[in-house]
Amino acid sequence: MNAQHASGPALVVDHLTKRFGERTACSEVSFTVDYGEVFGFLGPNGAGKTTTVRTLGTLIAPTSGTASVAGLPLSEANGVAIRSRIAVMPEAPGLYLRLSVAENLAYFAGLYELTDRRERIARALKSVGLEHRADDLCRSLSKGLRQRVGLARALLTDPQVLFLDEPTSGLDPVAAREVHDLIDALRKRGVTIFLTTHRLAEAERLCDRVGIMNTTLRTIGRPDELRDQLFSKTIELRTRAPLAEPDQVLAGLPGCESWRLTEDGTTYVLSVTDPDTAAPAAARAVLAAGADLLALTPTRHSLEDVYLQMIDSDVEAEQR
Amino acid sequence: MIKTLSATRIRAVVAKELRDYRRNRFVATTMAIMPILFMIAPIVTIFSLPADAASQKLDAGIGVSVLYLTLIPALVPAVVSSYSVIGEREQGTLEPVLTTPLRREELLLGKALAAYLPTLVISYVMYGIFLACVGLFAHQNVADDVFQAGRILAQVLFTPLLAAWSIFAGIAISTRANDVRVAQQLSTLVSLPPMAVTALIGFGVLAPTPRIAVALGAAMLVIDIAAGRFVSRLFDRERLLTGVKV
Repeated sequence: MNAQHASGPALVVDHLTKRFGERTACSEVSFTVDYGEVFGFLGPNGAGKTTTVRTLGTLIAPTSGTASVAGLPLSEANGVAIRSRIAVMPEAPGLYLRLSVAENLAYFAGLYELTDRRERIARALKSVGLEHRADDLCRSLSKGLRQRVGLARALLTDPQVLFLDEPTSGLDPVAAREVHDLIDALRKRGVTIFLTTHRLAEAERLCDRVGIMNTTLRTIGRPDELRDQLFSKTIELRTRAPLAEPDQVLAGLPGCESWRLTEDGTTYVLSVTDPDTAAPAAARAVLAAGADLLALTPTRHSLEDVYLQMIDSDVEAEQR
Repeated sequence: MIKTLSATRIRAVVAKELRDYRRNRFVATTMAIMPILFMIAPIVTIFSLPADAASQKLDAGIGVSVLYLTLIPALVPAVVSSYSVIGEREQGTLEPVLTTPLRREELLLGKALAAYLPTLVISYVMYGIFLACVGLFAHQNVADDVFQAGRILAQVLFTPLLAAWSIFAGIAISTRANDVRVAQQLSTLVSLPPMAVTALIGFGVLAPTPRIAVALGAAMLVIDIAAGRFVSRLFDRERLLTGVKV
Protein backbone atom coordinates (compact mmCIF):
# COMPACT_ATOMS: atom_id res chain seq x y z
CA MET A 1 0.00 0.00 0.00
CA ASN A 2 0.92 3.61 -0.17
CA ALA A 3 4.03 4.24 1.84
CA GLN A 4 4.33 7.90 0.90
CA HIS A 5 2.43 9.40 3.77
CA ALA A 6 2.48 13.04 4.61
CA SER A 7 3.86 13.80 8.05
CA GLY A 8 1.43 14.09 10.96
CA PRO A 9 -1.84 12.26 11.45
CA ALA A 10 -3.90 10.93 8.55
CA LEU A 11 -7.00 12.79 9.75
CA VAL A 12 -7.33 15.75 12.05
CA VAL A 13 -10.90 16.87 12.67
CA ASP A 14 -11.50 19.94 14.77
CA HIS A 15 -14.99 21.01 15.87
CA LEU A 16 -16.54 19.93 12.59
CA THR A 17 -20.22 20.82 12.28
CA LYS A 18 -22.63 20.27 9.42
CA ARG A 19 -26.17 21.58 9.32
CA PHE A 20 -28.78 21.05 6.65
CA GLY A 21 -31.12 23.96 7.23
CA GLU A 22 -32.53 23.55 10.72
CA ARG A 23 -31.25 20.00 11.09
CA THR A 24 -27.81 19.39 12.59
CA ALA A 25 -26.24 16.27 11.12
CA CYS A 26 -23.05 16.43 13.14
CA SER A 27 -21.90 18.93 15.71
CA GLU A 28 -18.51 19.91 17.12
CA VAL A 29 -16.86 16.65 16.12
CA SER A 30 -13.13 16.47 16.91
CA PHE A 31 -10.72 13.55 16.64
CA THR A 32 -7.48 12.45 15.00
CA VAL A 33 -6.59 9.25 13.20
CA ASP A 34 -2.97 8.17 12.73
CA TYR A 35 -1.53 6.55 9.64
CA GLY A 36 -1.85 2.77 9.71
CA GLU A 37 -4.72 2.92 12.18
CA VAL A 38 -8.14 1.35 11.70
CA PHE A 39 -10.60 3.77 13.21
CA GLY A 40 -14.21 2.73 13.78
CA PHE A 41 -16.92 5.32 13.62
CA LEU A 42 -19.99 3.95 15.35
CA GLY A 43 -23.46 5.29 15.84
CA PRO A 44 -27.14 4.64 15.17
CA ASN A 45 -28.81 5.50 11.88
CA GLY A 46 -28.94 9.25 11.40
CA ALA A 47 -26.10 9.86 13.86
CA GLY A 48 -24.09 11.84 11.29
CA LYS A 49 -21.55 9.18 10.36
CA THR A 50 -22.07 9.34 6.61
CA THR A 51 -22.25 13.13 6.71
CA THR A 52 -18.86 13.19 8.44
CA VAL A 53 -17.38 10.86 5.81
CA ARG A 54 -18.86 12.91 2.98
CA THR A 55 -17.49 16.07 4.53
CA LEU A 56 -14.00 14.61 4.94
CA GLY A 57 -14.25 13.26 1.40
CA THR A 58 -14.90 16.84 0.15
CA LEU A 59 -18.31 15.88 -1.18
CA ILE A 60 -20.08 18.34 1.06
CA ALA A 61 -18.81 21.48 2.75
CA PRO A 62 -18.75 21.79 6.54
CA THR A 63 -20.88 24.48 8.13
CA SER A 64 -18.09 25.21 10.61
CA GLY A 65 -14.94 23.66 11.97
CA THR A 66 -11.77 22.58 10.25
CA ALA A 67 -10.09 19.35 9.24
CA SER A 68 -7.03 18.05 7.54
CA VAL A 69 -7.25 14.96 5.36
CA ALA A 70 -4.13 13.05 4.30
CA GLY A 71 -2.05 16.07 5.20
CA LEU A 72 -4.12 18.65 3.33
CA PRO A 73 -6.42 21.24 4.90
CA LEU A 74 -10.04 20.53 4.06
CA SER A 75 -11.16 23.22 1.63
CA GLU A 76 -12.86 23.51 -1.72
CA ALA A 77 -9.57 24.52 -3.31
CA ASN A 78 -7.93 21.31 -2.07
CA GLY A 79 -10.85 19.14 -3.15
CA VAL A 80 -9.19 17.52 -6.15
CA ALA A 81 -5.88 17.02 -4.32
CA ILE A 82 -7.59 15.45 -1.29
CA ARG A 83 -9.72 13.17 -3.45
CA SER A 84 -6.54 12.04 -5.23
CA ARG A 85 -5.08 10.87 -1.92
CA ILE A 86 -8.09 9.11 -0.47
CA ALA A 87 -10.66 6.54 -1.53
CA VAL A 88 -14.23 6.32 -0.37
CA MET A 89 -16.38 3.24 -0.60
CA PRO A 90 -19.97 4.34 0.00
CA GLU A 91 -22.56 2.09 1.60
CA ALA A 92 -23.84 0.94 -1.80
CA PRO A 93 -20.88 0.03 -4.03
CA GLY A 94 -22.43 1.92 -6.97
CA LEU A 95 -21.23 -0.15 -9.90
CA TYR A 96 -22.20 0.22 -13.54
CA LEU A 97 -24.15 -2.98 -13.91
CA ARG A 98 -23.96 -3.07 -17.71
CA LEU A 99 -20.16 -2.92 -17.56
CA SER A 100 -17.84 -5.72 -16.60
CA VAL A 101 -15.81 -5.75 -13.39
CA ALA A 102 -12.64 -4.77 -15.27
CA GLU A 103 -14.47 -2.04 -17.22
CA ASN A 104 -15.77 -0.54 -13.99
CA LEU A 105 -12.26 -0.47 -12.56
CA ALA A 106 -10.80 0.85 -15.82
CA TYR A 107 -13.21 3.78 -15.71
CA PHE A 108 -12.11 4.75 -12.23
CA ALA A 109 -8.44 4.19 -13.11
CA GLY A 110 -9.00 6.76 -15.86
CA LEU A 111 -10.64 9.20 -13.46
CA TYR A 112 -7.56 8.92 -11.20
CA GLU A 113 -5.31 9.30 -14.29
CA LEU A 114 -3.41 6.15 -13.40
CA THR A 115 -0.77 5.21 -15.94
CA ASP A 116 -0.19 1.54 -15.11
CA ARG A 117 -3.89 0.70 -15.27
CA ARG A 118 -3.69 -2.99 -16.23
CA GLU A 119 -1.30 -3.79 -13.41
CA ARG A 120 -3.30 -1.78 -10.89
CA ILE A 121 -6.58 -3.41 -11.87
CA ALA A 122 -5.04 -6.88 -11.76
CA ARG A 123 -3.52 -6.16 -8.33
CA ALA A 124 -6.75 -4.72 -6.91
CA LEU A 125 -8.79 -7.68 -8.18
CA LYS A 126 -6.26 -10.11 -6.77
CA SER A 127 -6.40 -8.44 -3.37
CA VAL A 128 -10.15 -9.07 -3.18
CA GLY A 129 -9.98 -12.52 -4.78
CA LEU A 130 -11.82 -11.58 -7.96
CA GLU A 131 -9.08 -11.99 -10.55
CA HIS A 132 -11.12 -14.68 -12.31
CA ARG A 133 -14.28 -12.56 -12.51
CA ALA A 134 -12.75 -9.57 -14.32
CA ASP A 135 -14.82 -10.06 -17.47
CA ASP A 136 -18.12 -10.77 -15.73
CA LEU A 137 -20.82 -8.13 -16.02
CA CYS A 138 -21.44 -6.55 -12.65
CA ARG A 139 -25.16 -7.24 -12.92
CA SER A 140 -24.37 -10.96 -12.75
CA LEU A 141 -22.58 -10.66 -9.40
CA SER A 142 -24.06 -11.30 -5.97
CA LYS A 143 -24.31 -8.46 -3.47
CA GLY A 144 -21.26 -9.70 -1.62
CA LEU A 145 -19.18 -9.87 -4.79
CA ARG A 146 -20.31 -6.38 -5.79
CA GLN A 147 -19.13 -5.15 -2.43
CA ARG A 148 -15.78 -6.74 -3.13
CA VAL A 149 -15.60 -5.00 -6.51
CA GLY A 150 -16.32 -1.73 -4.69
CA LEU A 151 -13.44 -2.49 -2.36
CA ALA A 152 -11.15 -3.32 -5.29
CA ARG A 153 -12.09 0.01 -6.84
CA ALA A 154 -11.20 1.80 -3.62
CA LEU A 155 -7.81 0.06 -3.58
CA LEU A 156 -6.89 0.99 -7.16
CA THR A 157 -4.96 4.07 -6.13
CA ASP A 158 -3.27 2.79 -2.97
CA PRO A 159 -5.04 5.54 -1.02
CA GLN A 160 -3.49 7.20 2.00
CA VAL A 161 -6.83 7.01 3.77
CA LEU A 162 -9.55 4.54 2.92
CA PHE A 163 -13.08 5.45 4.00
CA LEU A 164 -15.43 2.48 4.22
CA ASP A 165 -19.02 3.44 4.85
CA GLU A 166 -21.00 0.48 6.22
CA PRO A 167 -19.07 -2.02 4.08
CA THR A 168 -21.08 -5.02 5.27
CA SER A 169 -24.50 -3.42 5.24
CA GLY A 170 -27.08 -5.81 3.81
CA LEU A 171 -24.63 -8.69 3.43
CA ASP A 172 -25.31 -12.18 4.68
CA PRO A 173 -23.00 -13.48 7.44
CA VAL A 174 -20.71 -15.34 5.05
CA ALA A 175 -20.30 -12.38 2.72
CA ALA A 176 -19.82 -10.08 5.71
CA ARG A 177 -17.09 -12.34 7.06
CA GLU A 178 -15.34 -12.25 3.68
CA VAL A 179 -15.35 -8.44 3.78
CA HIS A 180 -14.05 -8.55 7.37
CA ASP A 181 -11.19 -10.78 6.28
CA LEU A 182 -10.34 -8.36 3.49
CA ILE A 183 -10.32 -5.39 5.87
CA ASP A 184 -8.22 -7.39 8.30
CA ALA A 185 -5.75 -8.11 5.52
CA LEU A 186 -5.61 -4.40 4.64
CA ARG A 187 -4.98 -3.54 8.27
CA LYS A 188 -2.07 -5.95 8.35
CA ARG A 189 -0.67 -4.18 5.29
CA GLY A 190 -0.78 -0.87 7.17
CA VAL A 191 -3.63 0.80 5.31
CA THR A 192 -5.28 3.65 7.21
CA ILE A 193 -8.97 2.82 7.38
CA PHE A 194 -11.86 4.94 8.56
CA LEU A 195 -14.62 2.42 9.06
CA THR A 196 -18.18 3.60 9.52
CA THR A 197 -20.45 0.94 10.90
CA HIS A 198 -23.21 0.15 13.33
CA ARG A 199 -22.12 -3.46 13.61
CA LEU A 200 -20.36 -3.48 16.94
CA ALA A 201 -18.79 -6.91 16.65
CA GLU A 202 -17.29 -5.74 13.37
CA ALA A 203 -15.78 -2.68 15.02
CA GLU A 204 -14.54 -4.67 18.00
CA ARG A 205 -12.82 -7.17 15.76
CA LEU A 206 -11.30 -4.78 13.24
CA CYS A 207 -10.68 -1.42 14.86
CA ASP A 208 -7.74 -0.14 16.87
CA ARG A 209 -9.86 2.71 18.21
CA VAL A 210 -13.50 3.64 17.94
CA GLY A 211 -15.54 6.79 18.24
CA ILE A 212 -19.20 6.63 19.18
CA MET A 213 -21.22 9.24 17.41
CA ASN A 214 -24.74 10.48 17.98
CA THR A 215 -24.71 13.88 16.27
CA THR A 216 -21.89 14.76 18.65
CA LEU A 217 -18.93 12.51 19.28
CA ARG A 218 -19.94 10.86 22.55
CA THR A 219 -16.71 9.05 23.31
CA ILE A 220 -13.51 7.89 21.69
CA GLY A 221 -10.84 5.37 22.60
CA ARG A 222 -9.67 1.79 22.35
CA PRO A 223 -12.52 -0.68 22.88
CA ASP A 224 -10.94 -2.04 26.11
CA GLU A 225 -10.32 1.49 27.40
CA LEU A 226 -13.94 2.40 26.84
CA ARG A 227 -15.07 -0.71 28.69
CA ASP A 228 -12.85 0.16 31.63
CA GLN A 229 -14.05 3.76 31.64
CA LEU A 230 -17.70 2.86 31.68
CA PHE A 231 -17.92 -0.35 33.62
CA SER A 232 -16.40 -1.48 36.90
CA LYS A 233 -14.56 -4.82 36.80
CA THR A 234 -16.66 -7.66 38.10
CA ILE A 235 -16.50 -11.39 38.60
CA GLU A 236 -19.46 -13.72 38.81
CA LEU A 237 -19.54 -16.77 41.05
CA ARG A 238 -22.28 -19.34 41.12
CA THR A 239 -22.88 -21.81 43.94
CA ARG A 240 -25.13 -24.88 44.17
CA ALA A 241 -27.11 -23.35 47.08
CA PRO A 242 -27.28 -19.82 48.51
CA LEU A 243 -24.43 -18.97 50.91
CA ALA A 244 -25.54 -18.98 54.54
CA GLU A 245 -23.51 -15.88 55.49
CA PRO A 246 -22.56 -14.23 52.18
CA ASP A 247 -21.43 -10.96 53.75
CA GLN A 248 -18.96 -12.75 55.95
CA VAL A 249 -17.60 -14.76 53.00
CA LEU A 250 -17.41 -12.06 50.34
CA ALA A 251 -17.15 -8.63 51.96
CA GLY A 252 -13.64 -9.03 53.27
CA LEU A 253 -12.06 -10.50 50.15
CA PRO A 254 -8.93 -8.72 48.90
CA GLY A 255 -9.79 -6.32 46.10
CA CYS A 256 -13.54 -6.80 46.50
CA GLU A 257 -15.32 -3.45 46.69
CA SER A 258 -18.91 -4.70 46.89
CA TRP A 259 -21.09 -7.61 46.02
CA ARG A 260 -24.71 -8.32 45.10
CA LEU A 261 -26.89 -11.36 44.68
CA THR A 262 -28.74 -11.79 41.39
CA GLU A 263 -32.38 -12.83 41.09
CA ASP A 264 -31.62 -16.55 40.70
CA GLY A 265 -30.44 -16.60 44.35
CA THR A 266 -27.19 -18.46 43.75
CA THR A 267 -25.14 -16.09 41.54
CA TYR A 268 -23.04 -13.43 43.24
CA VAL A 269 -21.60 -10.48 41.29
CA LEU A 270 -18.49 -9.00 42.92
CA SER A 271 -17.13 -5.55 41.98
CA VAL A 272 -13.38 -5.87 42.20
CA THR A 273 -10.30 -3.75 41.63
CA ASP A 274 -8.28 -6.61 40.16
CA PRO A 275 -10.05 -9.80 38.96
CA ASP A 276 -6.76 -11.77 38.92
CA THR A 277 -6.32 -11.27 42.68
CA ALA A 278 -9.96 -11.39 43.71
CA ALA A 279 -11.01 -14.54 41.79
CA PRO A 280 -8.74 -17.10 43.52
CA ALA A 281 -9.46 -15.53 46.92
CA ALA A 282 -13.21 -15.71 46.26
CA ALA A 283 -12.93 -19.38 45.25
CA ARG A 284 -11.01 -20.24 48.40
CA ALA A 285 -13.49 -18.33 50.60
CA VAL A 286 -16.55 -20.01 49.10
CA LEU A 287 -15.05 -23.48 49.44
CA ALA A 288 -13.91 -22.70 52.99
CA ALA A 289 -17.52 -21.79 53.82
CA GLY A 290 -18.49 -25.31 52.80
CA ALA A 291 -20.37 -24.31 49.66
CA ASP A 292 -20.18 -26.03 46.28
CA LEU A 293 -18.69 -23.64 43.70
CA LEU A 294 -20.19 -24.30 40.24
CA ALA A 295 -18.67 -21.46 38.22
CA LEU A 296 -16.37 -18.50 38.64
CA THR A 297 -15.99 -16.12 35.68
CA PRO A 298 -14.76 -12.59 35.19
CA THR A 299 -17.49 -10.51 33.56
CA ARG A 300 -16.41 -9.16 30.20
CA HIS A 301 -18.34 -6.21 28.86
CA SER A 302 -18.52 -5.99 25.10
CA LEU A 303 -18.26 -2.92 22.91
CA GLU A 304 -21.99 -3.36 22.48
CA ASP A 305 -22.44 -2.71 26.22
CA VAL A 306 -20.39 0.47 25.88
CA TYR A 307 -22.34 1.54 22.83
CA LEU A 308 -25.73 0.88 24.40
CA GLN A 309 -24.69 2.69 27.56
CA MET A 310 -23.78 5.78 25.53
CA ILE A 311 -26.77 5.74 23.21
CA ASP A 312 -29.25 4.86 25.98
CA SER A 313 -28.04 7.77 28.05
CA ASP A 314 -28.69 10.03 25.04
CA VAL A 315 -32.21 8.65 24.70
CA GLU A 316 -32.85 9.20 28.40
CA ALA A 317 -31.52 12.75 28.17
CA GLU A 318 -33.84 13.44 25.22
CA GLN A 319 -36.82 12.06 27.13
CA ARG A 320 -36.06 14.32 30.08
CA MET B 1 -8.76 30.83 -10.36
CA ILE B 2 -8.31 29.01 -13.67
CA LYS B 3 -9.03 25.32 -13.41
CA THR B 4 -7.10 22.95 -15.60
CA LEU B 5 -9.36 20.31 -17.04
CA SER B 6 -7.90 16.86 -17.53
CA ALA B 7 -8.26 15.38 -21.02
CA THR B 8 -7.62 11.92 -19.56
CA ARG B 9 -10.53 12.16 -17.16
CA ILE B 10 -12.83 13.59 -19.83
CA ARG B 11 -11.84 10.77 -22.19
CA ALA B 12 -12.55 8.24 -19.44
CA VAL B 13 -16.06 9.65 -18.97
CA VAL B 14 -16.74 9.68 -22.73
CA ALA B 15 -15.51 6.10 -23.17
CA LYS B 16 -17.58 4.85 -20.25
CA GLU B 17 -20.71 6.64 -21.42
CA LEU B 18 -20.43 5.33 -24.98
CA ARG B 19 -19.89 1.80 -23.71
CA ASP B 20 -22.86 2.12 -21.40
CA TYR B 21 -25.11 3.47 -24.20
CA ARG B 22 -24.22 0.58 -26.45
CA ARG B 23 -25.39 -1.85 -23.79
CA ASN B 24 -28.51 0.10 -22.85
CA ARG B 25 -31.24 -1.31 -25.05
CA PHE B 26 -33.50 1.72 -24.73
CA VAL B 27 -30.78 4.19 -25.68
CA ALA B 28 -29.40 2.03 -28.49
CA THR B 29 -32.87 1.50 -29.99
CA THR B 30 -33.75 5.18 -29.76
CA MET B 31 -30.48 6.18 -31.40
CA ALA B 32 -31.01 3.68 -34.20
CA ILE B 33 -34.72 3.98 -35.01
CA MET B 34 -35.51 7.65 -34.41
CA PRO B 35 -33.06 9.01 -37.02
CA ILE B 36 -34.22 6.54 -39.67
CA LEU B 37 -37.83 7.63 -39.16
CA PHE B 38 -36.87 11.30 -39.33
CA MET B 39 -34.97 10.67 -42.55
CA ILE B 40 -37.64 8.63 -44.31
CA ALA B 41 -40.37 11.20 -43.65
CA PRO B 42 -38.61 14.10 -45.47
CA ILE B 43 -37.65 11.89 -48.39
CA VAL B 44 -41.28 10.89 -48.83
CA THR B 45 -42.33 14.55 -48.57
CA ILE B 46 -39.79 15.66 -51.16
CA PHE B 47 -40.65 12.88 -53.56
CA SER B 48 -44.33 13.74 -53.36
CA LEU B 49 -43.63 17.28 -54.65
CA PRO B 50 -44.61 17.54 -58.32
CA ALA B 51 -42.18 18.77 -60.96
CA ASP B 52 -44.26 21.91 -61.53
CA ALA B 53 -44.84 22.72 -57.84
CA ALA B 54 -45.48 26.35 -57.11
CA SER B 55 -42.85 28.24 -55.16
CA GLN B 56 -45.04 28.38 -52.03
CA LYS B 57 -45.71 24.65 -52.09
CA LEU B 58 -42.06 23.98 -52.69
CA ASP B 59 -41.06 26.05 -49.66
CA ALA B 60 -43.65 24.31 -47.50
CA GLY B 61 -42.51 20.86 -48.59
CA ILE B 62 -38.84 21.59 -48.11
CA GLY B 63 -39.59 23.35 -44.81
CA VAL B 64 -41.32 20.26 -43.45
CA SER B 65 -38.44 18.09 -44.65
CA VAL B 66 -35.83 20.28 -43.00
CA LEU B 67 -37.87 20.29 -39.83
CA TYR B 68 -37.88 16.50 -39.76
CA LEU B 69 -34.14 16.40 -40.29
CA THR B 70 -33.47 18.88 -37.51
CA LEU B 71 -35.48 16.70 -35.17
CA ILE B 72 -32.55 14.26 -35.26
CA PRO B 73 -29.97 16.51 -33.54
CA ALA B 74 -32.68 17.91 -31.28
CA LEU B 75 -34.30 14.73 -30.02
CA VAL B 76 -31.65 12.02 -30.16
CA PRO B 77 -29.30 13.62 -27.59
CA ALA B 78 -32.25 14.73 -25.43
CA VAL B 79 -32.98 11.11 -24.60
CA VAL B 80 -29.39 10.42 -23.61
CA SER B 81 -28.53 13.65 -21.83
CA SER B 82 -31.69 13.67 -19.74
CA TYR B 83 -30.54 10.35 -18.29
CA SER B 84 -26.97 11.49 -17.67
CA VAL B 85 -27.09 12.70 -14.06
CA ILE B 86 -30.34 11.32 -12.69
CA GLY B 87 -29.46 7.95 -14.17
CA GLU B 88 -26.24 7.93 -12.15
CA ARG B 89 -28.14 8.95 -9.05
CA GLU B 90 -30.68 6.17 -9.50
CA GLN B 91 -27.95 3.57 -10.05
CA GLY B 92 -26.05 4.83 -7.00
CA THR B 93 -22.97 5.48 -9.13
CA LEU B 94 -22.86 9.24 -8.70
CA GLU B 95 -21.33 9.24 -5.21
CA PRO B 96 -18.39 6.95 -6.08
CA VAL B 97 -17.68 9.07 -9.15
CA LEU B 98 -17.78 12.29 -7.13
CA THR B 99 -15.29 10.87 -4.64
CA THR B 100 -12.64 10.77 -7.38
CA PRO B 101 -10.56 13.78 -8.44
CA LEU B 102 -12.99 14.35 -11.33
CA ARG B 103 -14.14 17.98 -11.53
CA ARG B 104 -17.77 18.74 -12.22
CA GLU B 105 -16.82 20.51 -15.48
CA GLU B 106 -14.96 17.38 -16.60
CA LEU B 107 -17.91 15.15 -15.75
CA LEU B 108 -20.39 17.39 -17.55
CA LEU B 109 -18.12 17.90 -20.55
CA GLY B 110 -17.50 14.17 -20.81
CA LYS B 111 -21.19 13.41 -20.64
CA ALA B 112 -22.01 16.15 -23.15
CA LEU B 113 -19.37 14.92 -25.62
CA ALA B 114 -20.57 11.33 -25.28
CA ALA B 115 -24.02 12.46 -26.37
CA TYR B 116 -22.72 14.99 -28.89
CA LEU B 117 -20.37 12.87 -30.98
CA PRO B 118 -22.78 10.08 -31.95
CA THR B 119 -25.52 12.66 -32.53
CA LEU B 120 -23.36 14.59 -35.01
CA VAL B 121 -22.33 11.45 -36.85
CA ILE B 122 -25.91 10.17 -37.07
CA SER B 123 -27.33 13.57 -38.06
CA TYR B 124 -24.80 14.23 -40.82
CA VAL B 125 -25.04 10.69 -42.16
CA MET B 126 -28.83 10.99 -42.34
CA TYR B 127 -28.58 14.40 -44.00
CA GLY B 128 -26.06 12.99 -46.47
CA ILE B 129 -28.41 10.13 -47.36
CA PHE B 130 -31.27 12.62 -47.73
CA LEU B 131 -29.23 14.82 -50.08
CA ALA B 132 -28.09 11.81 -52.09
CA CYS B 133 -31.70 10.62 -52.52
CA VAL B 134 -32.87 14.09 -53.52
CA GLY B 135 -29.96 14.53 -55.97
CA LEU B 136 -30.57 11.16 -57.56
CA PHE B 137 -34.33 10.80 -57.60
CA ALA B 138 -36.15 14.10 -56.97
CA HIS B 139 -37.44 16.45 -59.66
CA GLN B 140 -34.82 18.90 -60.85
CA ASN B 141 -36.60 22.04 -59.62
CA VAL B 142 -37.04 20.46 -56.17
CA ALA B 143 -33.41 19.35 -56.08
CA ASP B 144 -32.24 22.83 -57.11
CA ASP B 145 -34.13 24.35 -54.20
CA VAL B 146 -32.86 21.80 -51.68
CA PHE B 147 -29.27 22.24 -52.85
CA GLN B 148 -29.19 26.00 -52.32
CA ALA B 149 -25.97 26.91 -50.51
CA GLY B 150 -27.88 28.78 -47.80
CA ARG B 151 -30.07 25.78 -46.99
CA ILE B 152 -27.13 23.36 -46.83
CA LEU B 153 -25.01 25.75 -44.78
CA ALA B 154 -27.92 26.29 -42.36
CA GLN B 155 -28.37 22.56 -41.91
CA VAL B 156 -24.64 21.95 -41.44
CA LEU B 157 -24.32 24.82 -38.96
CA PHE B 158 -27.53 24.26 -37.03
CA THR B 159 -27.06 20.53 -36.52
CA PRO B 160 -24.25 20.85 -33.90
CA LEU B 161 -25.83 23.92 -32.36
CA LEU B 162 -29.23 22.28 -31.94
CA ALA B 163 -27.54 19.20 -30.52
CA ALA B 164 -25.55 21.30 -28.04
CA TRP B 165 -28.69 23.09 -26.85
CA SER B 166 -30.54 19.83 -26.50
CA ILE B 167 -27.68 18.25 -24.54
CA PHE B 168 -27.22 21.17 -22.15
CA ALA B 169 -30.98 21.40 -21.57
CA GLY B 170 -31.12 17.66 -21.00
CA ILE B 171 -28.27 17.69 -18.50
CA ALA B 172 -29.74 20.72 -16.71
CA ILE B 173 -33.06 18.94 -16.30
CA SER B 174 -31.28 15.74 -15.32
CA THR B 175 -29.45 17.49 -12.48
CA ARG B 176 -32.68 18.79 -11.01
CA ALA B 177 -35.20 16.05 -11.79
CA ASN B 178 -36.18 13.31 -9.40
CA ASP B 179 -37.49 10.88 -11.97
CA VAL B 180 -35.91 9.64 -15.20
CA ARG B 181 -39.15 9.61 -17.19
CA VAL B 182 -40.06 13.14 -16.20
CA ALA B 183 -36.54 14.24 -17.12
CA GLN B 184 -36.80 12.64 -20.55
CA GLN B 185 -40.20 14.16 -21.30
CA LEU B 186 -39.13 17.62 -20.18
CA SER B 187 -35.87 17.39 -22.12
CA THR B 188 -37.71 16.45 -25.29
CA LEU B 189 -39.98 19.48 -24.91
CA VAL B 190 -37.18 21.89 -24.09
CA SER B 191 -35.10 20.71 -27.04
CA LEU B 192 -37.73 21.82 -29.54
CA PRO B 193 -37.92 25.68 -29.36
CA PRO B 194 -34.59 26.36 -31.15
CA MET B 195 -35.97 24.45 -34.11
CA ALA B 196 -38.08 27.53 -34.80
CA VAL B 197 -34.89 29.19 -36.05
CA THR B 198 -34.26 26.45 -38.58
CA ALA B 199 -37.92 26.51 -39.55
CA LEU B 200 -37.62 30.20 -40.48
CA ILE B 201 -35.14 29.30 -43.19
CA GLY B 202 -36.71 25.96 -44.02
CA PHE B 203 -40.13 27.46 -44.76
CA GLY B 204 -38.61 30.42 -46.60
CA VAL B 205 -39.74 33.01 -44.05
CA LEU B 206 -36.13 34.15 -44.08
CA ALA B 207 -34.29 33.94 -47.39
CA PRO B 208 -31.96 30.89 -47.26
CA THR B 209 -28.77 32.87 -47.83
CA PRO B 210 -25.38 31.92 -46.33
CA ARG B 211 -25.21 35.25 -44.48
CA ILE B 212 -28.52 34.69 -42.69
CA ALA B 213 -27.54 31.11 -41.88
CA VAL B 214 -24.26 32.29 -40.32
CA ALA B 215 -25.98 35.08 -38.37
CA LEU B 216 -28.59 32.73 -36.92
CA GLY B 217 -25.88 30.17 -36.21
CA ALA B 218 -23.87 32.77 -34.27
CA ALA B 219 -26.94 33.68 -32.22
CA MET B 220 -27.52 30.03 -31.38
CA LEU B 221 -23.87 29.60 -30.47
CA VAL B 222 -24.15 32.41 -27.93
CA ILE B 223 -27.24 30.77 -26.44
CA ASP B 224 -25.43 27.40 -26.30
CA ILE B 225 -22.43 28.87 -24.48
CA ALA B 226 -24.72 30.52 -21.94
CA ALA B 227 -26.59 27.22 -21.51
CA GLY B 228 -23.31 25.37 -20.92
CA ARG B 229 -22.28 27.77 -18.18
CA PHE B 230 -25.71 27.59 -16.61
CA VAL B 231 -25.56 23.79 -16.49
CA SER B 232 -22.16 23.88 -14.80
CA ARG B 233 -23.57 26.15 -12.10
CA LEU B 234 -26.60 23.93 -11.59
CA PHE B 235 -24.44 20.93 -10.83
CA ASP B 236 -24.12 21.06 -7.06
CA ARG B 237 -22.47 18.01 -5.49
CA GLU B 238 -24.04 18.58 -2.11
CA ARG B 239 -27.56 18.93 -3.42
CA LEU B 240 -27.19 15.92 -5.69
CA LEU B 241 -25.98 13.71 -2.84
CA THR B 242 -28.11 14.91 0.03
CA GLY B 243 -31.15 16.27 -1.78
CA VAL B 244 -30.87 19.38 0.36
CA LYS B 245 -30.69 22.76 -1.31
CA VAL B 246 -27.64 24.58 -0.01
